[in-house]
Amino acid sequence: MTSVFSPVAQARIPGLIARYEEKRGALLPLLWLAQEEQGYVSEAAMKEIAALLDLTAPQVYETVTFYTMYHRRPIGTFHIQVCRSLMCALVGTENLLGWMHTKLGITTGQTTPDGCFTLSQVECLGSCATGPMMQINDDYYERLTVDKTNRILDDLKREGQSSLASGPFIFPEPSAQ
Amino acid sequence: MATHEPLLLKNMSLPGYSGSLADYERAGGYQALRKVLGTLAPAEITEMVKKSGLRGRGGAGFPTGVKWSFIPKDHPGPRYLICNADESEPGTFKDRQLMERDPHQMIEGMILAAYAIGVRTAYIYIRGEFALGARILERALAESYQAGYLGPDILGTQFVLDIYVHRGAGAYICGEETALLESLEGKRGLPRIKPPFPATHGLFQKPTVVNNVETLANIPHIVNKGAEWFAAIGHPPKSSGTRVFCLSGHVQRPGNYEVPMGITFREMIYDIAGGMRGDKPLKAFIPGGASAAFLTPAHLDVKLDFESVAQAGSMLGSGGVTVMEEGTCMVWAAENLLHFFNHESCGKCTPCREGSAWLLQILRRIEHGHGKTDDLATLLRLSGNIVGRTVCAFGDVLVAPITSTLQYFRDEYEAHIREHRCPLRPAPVQELITPVQKLIAIGH
Repeated sequence: MTSVFSPVAQARIPGLIARYEEKRGALLPLLWLAQEEQGYVSEAAMKEIAALLDLTAPQVYETVTFYTMYHRRPIGTFHIQVCRSLMCALVGTENLLGWMHTKLGITTGQTTPDGCFTLSQVECLGSCATGPMMQINDDYYERLTVDKTNRILDDLKREGQSSLASGPFIFPEPSAQ
Repeated sequence: MATHEPLLLKNMSLPGYSGSLADYERAGGYQALRKVLGTLAPAEITEMVKKSGLRGRGGAGFPTGVKWSFIPKDHPGPRYLICNADESEPGTFKDRQLMERDPHQMIEGMILAAYAIGVRTAYIYIRGEFALGARILERALAESYQAGYLGPDILGTQFVLDIYVHRGAGAYICGEETALLESLEGKRGLPRIKPPFPATHGLFQKPTVVNNVETLANIPHIVNKGAEWFAAIGHPPKSSGTRVFCLSGHVQRPGNYEVPMGITFREMIYDIAGGMRGDKPLKAFIPGGASAAFLTPAHLDVKLDFESVAQAGSMLGSGGVTVMEEGTCMVWAAENLLHFFNHESCGKCTPCREGSAWLLQILRRIEHGHGKTDDLATLLRLSGNIVGRTVCAFGDVLVAPITSTLQYFRDEYEAHIREHRCPLRPAPVQELITPVQKLIAIGH
């Protein structure tokens, strides 16, 4: 059976398992590793992880399906997750989402036909002073306006990254205090 | 207003402070660890933390030293310490800043806590979305190992400690400490029935302490400057110390502000956060994260400490203060929060799983102009049937947005029903697809 993990990832697995008194403790870390490798957690990955941790495939499946961040099928290259919770909603999520639907030509839950963007609404991402905000893949983008969001999406599509992603968080900035 | 020196946010406000080990040491970091390791007995540190009056900063406010002292002394081990970095209470974003800007402050707190309770393995359970925070912590831990603050023989004292970063994967409930334990064990994050408590049967059924990021970040300061010094800050005896309050919503200057507990909401909102963002006056505020009951301008002189906010009928919770201006629809706000609670209910207990869905449906129809006259009574009856009937406190808090807005803004609910529309917001754009279709579409 060929592994879903690359040799580099495979080398990390024993170390991850050794961190926990019981092997199952390494389940979330291994699911993360599988998702980093494949972009989602495939059934093959679940079966392979089950074997690694002495679990049954359904035990892995029951854990995978509890958590919102594991994808069980491929999604767009960039996963846009717009915070829909109250603190962002108070400062303008709705306008932003409406604009995004028009810009991308998709609604929440869909992927653009070129496979570039998948749009989701998610609950609070812990960025309530700097709303409206969104997470795209690992990065946070905060204090969004339509112009700024437009630039971010164009950057991502053209260059695969955007300089507008947040760095280590501090707000208000010390100089503004 | 009492003048104050920031404690937890002090380093990060220094010019050019990067949060590196070198910067942290230059600012006096790891002095507390050097001071006590090998000279103070573990029990003496627990005693010091008890005397300081430090209470948990995650939401429940349990006295930290007391929590530590519940760990059985005669247990063969292993014992575990877990830093709860799952920060996911809507309105709260302090732990993110504490971790990303000054990770060593929290790590030093963890090492001290581990020494006090006899732990050799500790975990930082960080919410999956904080990918940057997890990377920063990994880097900081590597620095600490390199410098001999972690590993097999810490500062030559034979004290052993390993700390691992463990990422969650998107589930609010994993901030509840027993759900967090289940999640760390690789299971669905379903809260456990207590007792037994984590102090005796925690991670892998071993004695375990779970402390919040901000709680742990306080420990080096208490060890450095003493329990009496800390106990005098803020509003003793029940609310000692500072809190990092997270201001959001319609204020002029939202953000994290560290102040001694005991200042009033008026000072917090109008002096520190600069008042309302525009010319609309204050209508309501949430004092301690989405789980806390709404308060009104009549509560502006309530003090930000554990007891005062509880007396006002809400809770200080996680320190997230969300401010809403006049014109904000309270039914819409409650509906938004119930969407959150319904989405995040883990599904273990029927009253919470089913009740949150019913409450959301009723709020949605009221907000969209389809409310019925007996809906308000139904909301209250359903809410009453959830509180106290679930394994964890999630069920108790999910009704707070409804019961409190109904208490203070009942006329607004009645207007929605009477006029068959939301009197404050334009007709909402209909969602094109259902939440279930959404989940299917992104592969859940």
